[in-house]
Amino acid sequence: MKVLVPVKRVIDYNVKVRVKADGSGVDLANVKMSMNPFDEIAVEEAIRLKEAGKASEVIVVSIGVKQSQETLRTALAMGADRAILVTAAEDVHTDIEPLAVAKILAAVVKEEEPGLVICGKQAIDNDLNATGQMLAALTGFAQATNANNLEVEEGSATVAREVDGGLQTIKVTLPAIVTTDLRLNEPRYASLPNIMKAKKKPLDEKTPEDFGVDVAPRLEVVTTAEPAERAAGVMVGSVDELVAKLKETGAL
Amino acid sequence: MAVLLLAEITDGSLAMDATAKTVAAASKLGDVTVLAVGATAKDAAGEAATIEGVSKVLVAEDAIYGHRLAEPTAALIVSLAGDYSHIVAPATTDAKNILPRVAALLDVMVLTDVTGVVDGDTFERPIYAGNAIQTVKSKDATKVITFRTSTFDAAATGGSAALEDIAAAENPGLSEWVSDKVAESDRPELTSAKIVVSGGRGVGSEEDFKIIEALADKLGAAVGASRAAVDSGFAPNDWQVGQTGKVVAPELYIACGISGAIQHLAGMKDSKVIVAINKDEEAPIFQVADYGLVADIFEAVPEMTGKV
Ligand SMILES: Cc1cc2nc3c(=O)[nH]c(=O)nc-3n(C[C@H](O)[C@H](O)[C@H](O)COP(=O)(O)OP(=O)(O)OC[C@H]3O[C@@H](n4cnc5c(N)ncnc54)[C@H](O)[C@@H]3O)c2cc1C
Repeated sequence: MKVLVPVKRVIDYNVKVRVKADGSGVDLANVKMSMNPFDEIAVEEAIRLKEAGKASEVIVVSIGVKQSQETLRTALAMGADRAILVTAAEDVHTDIEPLAVAKILAAVVKEEEPGLVICGKQAIDNDLNATGQMLAALTGFAQATNANNLEVEEGSATVAREVDGGLQTIKVTLPAIVTTDLRLNEPRYASLPNIMKAKKKPLDEKTPEDFGVDVAPRLEVVTTAEPAERAAGVMVGSVDELVAKLKETGAL
Repeated sequence: MAVLLLAEITDGSLAMDATAKTVAAASKLGDVTVLAVGATAKDAAGEAATIEGVSKVLVAEDAIYGHRLAEPTAALIVSLAGDYSHIVAPATTDAKNILPRVAALLDVMVLTDVTGVVDGDTFERPIYAGNAIQTVKSKDATKVITFRTSTFDAAATGGSAALEDIAAAENPGLSEWVSDKVAESDRPELTSAKIVVSGGRGVGSEEDFKIIEALADKLGAAVGASRAAVDSGFAPNDWQVGQTGKVVAPELYIACGISGAIQHLAGMKDSKVIVAINKDEEAPIFQVADYGLVADIFEAVPEMTGKV
């Protein structure tokens, strides 16, 4: 069984985000970019399935600017077998919407026929939490989002999901789409020899046109603004003072 | 314009707070029809019918909807979609599972965690862990939206909309429910509580989380946690507050032994009053706190429990 893992190049989670003064978006020029953390968890899970003999091949795919190649190389260095780069944007500030991404992925699924697709549950840039569910819709596959644990069996997978009330376990028919939550695993770091080896692994280059997909956005960004600032607070010297202040202001 | 609103129903009971807040947000868009789906949904539908601003409640009661699996519920919504300009729900884990699937089946984009309604096509939503607020205008025929409930006030009750039974749609039959692991608790629900007391890595162990819980119980509060506390096994996953956990905006949020990473702040910085207790005076949490106390939580938290 092949496992397909989509990975997205996003601003590194440690970088302080700056909104551009003209309101056109967030400044991504010369900032550190990394693999979306949830996608790292997805790559790790796929590699573990291969190591456990449950997957035959791990294919990673990225849709975005051509620099997404670096993200794919990182996934290859972690242990993925081959990569597909779909260059769909020229400017790093162009975010391809989940619907278009899901359409391209659905076309890749048709070609590659994976038994399982593991996506991150959300990208930490647009915070949409949508691509996996949309891909499931377009392929007609089952979906198990927010995976905390994944067991792959013959023809099905059992997934424990992180939900508002706690954990829900469901069984999905394969092929299926699974999206990762934070506690599914701890991704490995790529070793230097593996980073070197990854440079020789196959990387196929494609465009949205190759799949007949129109990536024109459905949402027009009107403006991007800084969130409201909180008024400065005060430091208190003791629990007594804290409780007194809270009572004074009616918070308690 | 007509809005179809997926009510938040778990095991037959309505999450009134989340549903009523979504009704308030949706009322700005048009006439609101609530969809109550479940193995049992009648009682929940009856309750939803009392929310002001609801004009009708559709009830789809069938065993296939027993556990809010995404595929059958999405298929049902798609079968009804033709009559509506907007399909909306609260941004819960259930709705976030279902609505993007609905959107793709309708060949439209989804707007998740929407915090503001500008007009019928234009909406505000936070991006980058709440470090920017984006205003987007949708060009799609049907708008599919989840609303972040913490930013809307609940619609009042007192209405009496009519109920209408509808037939189940076809079940794609792709997944089946196995089990739920839900902790029973008498505490208020995290996302609607007036007060939240949260613990972080600084709490140190599951055992020591009891000092956080004791303060919460004294205040009638819900308990929250940082990702580090959940990852370390001190607290269950459904307590996580943040960018990728729950978003809360209580009257009072008390952060104990939490450093204040942006991913945590994303889930609580709209709280009315924020208190931070941390032994490191440099901790970034103090930058968003209204009242900061540099102290060891093992002394300050039990002391506070005794004094409130
Ligand atoms: C993709 C992604 C998603 C994430 N999503 C979330 C999310 O949704 N929610 C979230 O919370 N985090 C999230 N994080 C993690 C986030 O970046 C931080 O790592 C996390 O919030 C840190 O938790 P913490 O403050 O408890 O731990 P730490 O940063 O380790 O801070 C512990 C604090 O406790 C203090 N302390 C220790 N002992 C004591 C004591 N005895 N008395 C008083 N103070 C003490 C220390 O001074 C320190 O400030 C996410 C990260 C990533 C990459």
